[in-house]
Amino acid sequence: MLYLLVFFLIPFAFALKISFAETAVRVPPFTDILTLGADHHLHLDLNLGNFQYLFTDDVYALSYVYSLRTAFFSTLVCLALGYPMAYALARTSKSVQSILLLVIILPFWTSFLLRVYALEGIIREGGLLNQALLWLGIIHEPLRIMHTTLAVYLGIIYSYLPFMVLPLFATLEKLDLSLLEAAADLGSPPWRTFLDVTLPLSMPGIIAGSMLVFIPAIGEFVIPALLGGPDNLMIGRVLWDEFFGNRDWPVASAVAIAFLIFLVGPIALYQHYSTKQLESA
Amino acid sequence: MSERVPPLLLSVLFVGIAILYLPILVLIGYSFNASALVSVWGGFSTAWYRALLHNDQILGAAWLSLKVGIVVSSAAVMLGTLAAVALVRFRAFRGRLLLTGMVNAPLVMPEIITGITQLLLFISMFHLLGWPHRGFTTIVIAHVAFCTAYVTITVQSRLATADRSLEEAAMDLGSGPVRAFIDTTLPIIAPALLSGWLLSFTLSLDDLVISSFVSGPGASTLPMVIFSKVKLGVTPDVNALASVIICVVGVCVVAAGYLMRRAERQRLEEAQLAERG
Repeated sequence: MLYLLVFFLIPFAFALKISFAETAVRVPPFTDILTLGADHHLHLDLNLGNFQYLFTDDVYALSYVYSLRTAFFSTLVCLALGYPMAYALARTSKSVQSILLLVIILPFWTSFLLRVYALEGIIREGGLLNQALLWLGIIHEPLRIMHTTLAVYLGIIYSYLPFMVLPLFATLEKLDLSLLEAAADLGSPPWRTFLDVTLPLSMPGIIAGSMLVFIPAIGEFVIPALLGGPDNLMIGRVLWDEFFGNRDWPVASAVAIAFLIFLVGPIALYQHYSTKQLESA
Repeated sequence: MSERVPPLLLSVLFVGIAILYLPILVLIGYSFNASALVSVWGGFSTAWYRALLHNDQILGAAWLSLKVGIVVSSAAVMLGTLAAVALVRFRAFRGRLLLTGMVNAPLVMPEIITGITQLLLFISMFHLLGWPHRGFTTIVIAHVAFCTAYVTITVQSRLATADRSLEEAAMDLGSGPVRAFIDTTLPIIAPALLSGWLLSFTLSLDDLVISSFVSGPGASTLPMVIFSKVKLGVTPDVNALASVIICVVGVCVVAAGYLMRRAERQRLEEAQLAERG
């Protein structure tokens, strides 16, 4: 328990500290904010410039918005694809179900990085998708999907689909069928029953699945780095470049702190209150 | 619920599964391609697998990743179980809220932020204490931190359903609390420990972002090597490597799933027998 405290909480204090520091050409590349002055008093040099810089250069604001938008739309597509999958899965017989479940979980265990790399084999210019479309005569020139926004979306959807299906399946499986029968007996058409009964009852699964896709998708680095183009500036990539490319650690720390406050903070608060509600209910 | 499944839904399910598997199958197919060009099929060949065996960089990285994975998952299972026991068994204690928050934090936190902050901590620690050197040690510490969270959650849910009366009975019969826990509760939560271990192992083996930040010169894990190779361009030996990893993981997961299901069934049967008996 102490371990998590030391290696998880304390690092943020350091990040906070360094985000106030100035870039310096030394190892590590930043200045100390606490210095013992000649008069034996502690001097605290807070440099707010790093945070100001975040507001002056709109790369950061743009990448925040871009990350949010990308994560939001890929979550929607995952939901649209995952819901019918989970619904069908919940309705198959028990023996088939356990096999199908294993089939869906299996990609989750195999390497994430390798699956993103494998996707590249499908969507690159000479890849399977283009070859198939050319052969079918649907297109006459190979489509350029790699290094575009579309590729990033495809990557996120492909990688996180199991995360959407599993929680949805868990709630849909528990759904009481007699409720559906009751609705049908009372003369409700199937689509009405779905909207009035199934959908509200599966809400916890929808929320859980969407969170599981949305949260990691915002901070995603691997997918935009491998599949995206230079204009797919997701926040994870901006951080990485600032850190490894520009070696501007204070600015990178400031980005990380701001990221934490703007994105992770609200999510953590939301989770906190939703569990509280559950406990009190 | 088992009812007749509308064919439309079933087809969506199978299309979804096909989407999940097609890229992997294509990748495995390409790994047997004799040609180094990806879009040209040059005939069947196992040359890339042979090349893999002589690639010291990849073999070294794989060995490092395996070592890290084993150490990390063992440590994470121990720490995570302790945390889970504390959370489930002791309802109110000082720092409970903090601990709950900390268990959940790594699950919500973007990896990239975890990586940066941990690197900064290690550097500051090194300045103050002269330890740790960036490399194996720092990767292990960083991985244990996030794996512990996953283990805690896995074990916690299992522990919450475990029957406490068995442990109490053991204590009534005169065994100490630790002994009682080891003899009665531990076997019950063993499947959760196993899945926690496996989960940690795969998470650790797969992690690119955190490792890249906290690692030092000379210590490259397998994902780091793969990432840098892939960034430079398509490399057929990565296809072969990926196929090997995917097959090994696949076999292990299926086997573990099978064993766990069998153990579960056995447990249920025993429970039924005990009820009847």
